[in-house]
Amino acid sequence: MENKRVISYCRAINEALHQEMARDERIFVYGLDVADHKRTFGSGEGLLESFGPKRYFTTPLSEDAMMGLGGGAAVAGLHPINVHIRVDFLLLAMNQLANMVAPMHYGSNGKLSVPLVIRAIIGRGWGQGFQHSKTLHSNFAHIPGLKVVMPTTPYDAKGLLIAAIRDDNPVLVLEHRLLYWQEGQVPEESFETPIGKANILRSGSDITIAAISWMNVEAYAAARIMERRGVTVEIIDLRSIAPLDDDLIAASVKKTGHLIVADYDWVNCGFSAEIAARIYEKCMSYLKSPIARIGFAPTPCPTTRPLENLFYPSAETLVRAIEQKLDLDRADLSGEEFFSYENKFKGPF
Amino acid sequence: MPIFLDLYKKMYLIREAEAEISREYYKDEMKTPMHMSLGSEAISVGVCHALPKGSHVYGTYRSHALYLAMTGETNEFFAEMYGKATGCAGGKAGSMHLSSPEHGLMAISAVVGTTIPWALGDAFAASYNNLDRITAAFFGDGATDEGSFWESLNAACLMKLPILFVCEDNDLAIHTSSVQRHGYDSLTEIIKNFRLNVFEGKGNDVEKVYSLANKAVDLIRSEQQSSLLRLTYYRYLEHVGVNEDFNAGYRKKPEPQEWLQNDPVYQLRQKLLKADYLNAVEEIEEQIRKQVLASRIKAQEAPFPNGDELMKGVFCGE
Repeated sequence: MENKRVISYCRAINEALHQEMARDERIFVYGLDVADHKRTFGSGEGLLESFGPKRYFTTPLSEDAMMGLGGGAAVAGLHPINVHIRVDFLLLAMNQLANMVAPMHYGSNGKLSVPLVIRAIIGRGWGQGFQHSKTLHSNFAHIPGLKVVMPTTPYDAKGLLIAAIRDDNPVLVLEHRLLYWQEGQVPEESFETPIGKANILRSGSDITIAAISWMNVEAYAAARIMERRGVTVEIIDLRSIAPLDDDLIAASVKKTGHLIVADYDWVNCGFSAEIAARIYEKCMSYLKSPIARIGFAPTPCPTTRPLENLFYPSAETLVRAIEQKLDLDRADLSGEEFFSYENKFKGPF
Repeated sequence: MPIFLDLYKKMYLIREAEAEISREYYKDEMKTPMHMSLGSEAISVGVCHALPKGSHVYGTYRSHALYLAMTGETNEFFAEMYGKATGCAGGKAGSMHLSSPEHGLMAISAVVGTTIPWALGDAFAASYNNLDRITAAFFGDGATDEGSFWESLNAACLMKLPILFVCEDNDLAIHTSSVQRHGYDSLTEIIKNFRLNVFEGKGNDVEKVYSLANKAVDLIRSEQQSSLLRLTYYRYLEHVGVNEDFNAGYRKKPEPQEWLQNDPVYQLRQKLLKADYLNAVEEIEEQIRKQVLASRIKAQEAPFPNGDELMKGVFCGE
């Protein structure tokens, strides 16, 4: 079968862009240094050569105006894809995003639509410090009129990007830098992953982890460890942050009775609180333990490795949370091999 | 001369619509902050008249004049002021977010400088699709304090986009004069270093505005580069609201005679009277007064949007 083909997350993004740009001439890709020799970590390879500088170009370092350019081009009939190599830089365009792009359809009473895709790459390489490490999806998902997706698998990296491009609304696609190397099965033909649907990444019956982006990798590692101890973990890859598929999480929690939200953002006022609130509302009586929330430490991201390791939640954090919830002994994890940047995660799941 | 009758008609429409708002605003039925256009009529009318058919324009929260110059209609205008379902945006926009894409008025915005890059993108789309379209970005001198202005100016010149920047310079950003805001003396001296056509002049003489705008538009086409028009005018009223605020002390009230001599509507009217157009002028004025009054009453009587409208239109296609 053709769909057994295995490619990387980065290649999946690249393939989606090639196929969509070939399909629709209204699509163009632009952003800081997208046309340099590195091509946004390789995700933009070949686009300049295939579609020319009219449809694939580097811009001045003007994030604010360039986001507005996307809005204006979109209401005038084009389908822009604005690329931010770090989500941290997207804050420079937050005014445009929150004040102009997201409310324009509503504010024009439906006369204008803004089919703008924003791709931004999120956190954690090594030593990236507090301005190259954030995720901020809690902030973005808070804004009505903006859709936010966070693909974890190469399959969804392609399917969600294509769905985002074909959506008539502004859609923010947050891609995790470390997932770029991950490999998985991706059909060669064009397809869409529906926005607003979560995915059961791994079935289990004892505890549910609702995971976002990279935390699916950590949850997967934790699940394998727990499986050896007779505990089966169900992992729900949320994929879409706004709109959020809370039904799938609720169905899983009704089965397992336990929920850990493995978020990839700060916990305080974060997206994990939104999920927790919704699950309490939907299935309070099924819960056998309080919902646990895992996320970044409540600090700016430190640069030095030992502190950086503590800043980001990991598989070990999740194993300890599971043990606590299920009242299990604290296992010795010293023999386990966890992810590190030097030991790239290649998948597949 | 017929062209000046046409211009007068548009300018008088703006003057009369604003006057009607001023007369009715105290009743608190129009629950939307009003940033009045009085004094700037010749800029909106002169520039829009010079724009080729099919042009797109973007404006600011002070865009009643721009809306009326582009559309000539007052039914949806007044209904929007009253927050009614029949408004140009069904009441969801109000005075600060008027739009009428079907007439080329794409969007106006209340955060200073935010529509300038949209005009940039709109002009980019025209260039991308090889359309013979001009996009005009209207903004106040306050917007030139914003990064988005300089970012957009730079990108437009770099990309050679068919955009007309129109700075409606009343020397005031909210209540602060340019001398209190600028670390330089002349905006246009700086802008002349960019690769675009720069024009400036007084914005109270519609004939001159129209002529300058025509030159600016012609050069966008012949030189294939953007143009900028800086037009000065006097803001008659307070920053927001329908009253004068000379008692606040941040600026001097002009002498009545000086004010009248510089009034764009009065000036054009005098010119038309000298050319023996009294009857035509009076006919226009009467017709417009009727139009405005009818639109205002119709708007008051129109229904508010249903409650279910709240949730509609957050996303396209849902």
